[in-house]
Amino acid sequence: MEALRVVRWRVSALAAVGAIAAATSAWPLARGEAAPPCTAPRLDGGRTISVADYRGKVVYLDFWASWCAPCRESFPFMNGLQRDLAGKGLEIIAISVDKNEEDARRFLAGHPAQFALGLDTAAACPAAYQLPGMPTSFLIDRAGVIRAVHAGFRSGDAAEIRRQVLEALERH
Amino acid sequence: MIASRRVLLAALAAVVAACGGCAVVQPWERGTLAKPSMATVQPPHETAQKLRTYNAKEGGAAATGVGGGGCGCN
Repeated sequence: MEALRVVRWRVSALAAVGAIAAATSAWPLARGEAAPPCTAPRLDGGRTISVADYRGKVVYLDFWASWCAPCRESFPFMNGLQRDLAGKGLEIIAISVDKNEEDARRFLAGHPAQFALGLDTAAACPAAYQLPGMPTSFLIDRAGVIRAVHAGFRSGDAAEIRRQVLEALERH
Repeated sequence: MIASRRVLLAALAAVVAACGGCAVVQPWERGTLAKPSMATVQPPHETAQKLRTYNAKEGGAAATGVGGGGCGCN
């Protein structure tokens, strides 16, 4: 009887710790899930940029920041994607999570972008997408479903991302 | 047994209360942490300058580290 009580006590203590752990962490979005709506002011002219407006197109949604070192490598890669695949229906949206617009603009002065740019100082979009790291990119298909998630960016990822983008473009 | 359970309960309550003071810094909120002034190690040029000054004050090169034989000739 006493042993049973000890076991019950231990189980409830474990459950309490588990509940705390679950409350402080959230699961990032995974492939197969619907892309959440996300609207942010534009950085490149125009008023706002919204992921939902791109339904029917393949979207490569990238979250970046001026302080994010790998983003310096991902920008030339995304310019290449834009150059090669924009004609086939690919739309690249890069949303900055900078708190300060000047920081984002300074980054863009050194790393020019040929794709759509947004700035979400309120961090609503990164919270909705639960980014696992910086940068993170989401490949969203024509039906608005996430097809791939890439956390971080290494130059070795480029070929795999390009293959996934081509696959999404050919699917429908 | 009852007393030890109370102690455990108090410890668990303390842990739960302490968790309220923890904040998860999300990956997209790390801009401030990424500033150079937040680095745990100082920039290399600054460290080199400080070491140079320290070496001069100590009257010899590598005053912070090189082991010697006690001859006073470093």
